[in-house]
Amino acid sequence: MPPAGPRSGDAIFASIERVNAELFTLTYGAIVRQLLTDLEEVEEVNKQLDQMGYNIGIRLIDEFLAKSNVSRCVDFKETAEVIAKVGFKMFLGVTASVTNWDADGTCCSIVLEDNPLVDFVELPDTCQGLYYCNILSGVIRGALEMVSMKTEVTWLRDMLRGDDAYELQVKLLKQVPEEYPYKDDE
Amino acid sequence: MGREVSESCVDSLLIEMVSTYCNRFYANKSELAARRIEAIGYQVGHQLSERYTMERPRFGDHLEAIKFICKDFWSELFKKQIDNLKTNHRGTFVLQDNRFRWLARLSIDQTSENEGASQDPSENKAMQAMSMYLYFPCGIIRGALSNLGIPCAVSADMSNLPACSFVVRIKA
Repeated sequence: MPPAGPRSGDAIFASIERVNAELFTLTYGAIVRQLLTDLEEVEEVNKQLDQMGYNIGIRLIDEFLAKSNVSRCVDFKETAEVIAKVGFKMFLGVTASVTNWDADGTCCSIVLEDNPLVDFVELPDTCQGLYYCNILSGVIRGALEMVSMKTEVTWLRDMLRGDDAYELQVKLLKQVPEEYPYKDDE
Repeated sequence: MGREVSESCVDSLLIEMVSTYCNRFYANKSELAARRIEAIGYQVGHQLSERYTMERPRFGDHLEAIKFICKDFWSELFKKQIDNLKTNHRGTFVLQDNRFRWLARLSIDQTSENEGASQDPSENKAMQAMSMYLYFPCGIIRGALSNLGIPCAVSADMSNLPACSFVVRIKA
């Protein structure tokens, strides 16, 4: 059998188990709502959503690598493209685009025009300062950390705050050299 | 068919929600954690049943509403119906799903168990961890029924895994 090449996001999304997005969207909404009640401070909710995302990301990367068949990305540019075209598609069923690269190729924006997390969502005035989708930035940060990339992920645009799209800035802070557990074999 | 997301999105979210409330917020107060998780489920069930009954006539009695939960509602969430429905005709209904999706792939972390412990306590602990995941669907069912005007209490019975029964007691 020839070695299987990387699969497109569409092909993976078509082949995996899928569920009703309403359940996902409303569950996420109910969690955010409960966190707002329990933690009271919007800043603290942002932090917890990011933490939840991070914990999800460090596990989700395994499923991503197993199902996508992508090989090692040559640079951060390719990594960002793979997240936008394959990652978002295979989990959320939407495609994102990558723009706004800086000169040395270590900082870019991932732009989402369609985002299943926010279907039916409107933020009341009391939630000023809430990054409703903060779980997404946590997922990206967690997943990249598992493949040796320390990143900082911040929201630049948010449709719930009146912008025309969702824009996540992903900044590569440092690439950690891989360490193999050679010691175990000594 | 409406919009879909990968199943692992929902699975990841549920696992992380339970872990956030049980291990981070209320590490030694499982009752409080359970109440929060149930409340999140209630909210979801309430909103989902509002959406799924938009174009339906009013239900004539409790049994009709319960049947709606067993068939249409369950199919929307799990792509299958409840496998068995029993009632004592006095306000208690038992809804059994022979292979409940949210428990089917759960495994219990054995590392935290005491090596020398006897079989029973460790099994109890495993059961306790699993029951945390069930507060969510119990909340969903209670929320859905309460939106249909039926106040009730919902508990789960998992003595026949991977089957899981939800016991609905309608408040008179």
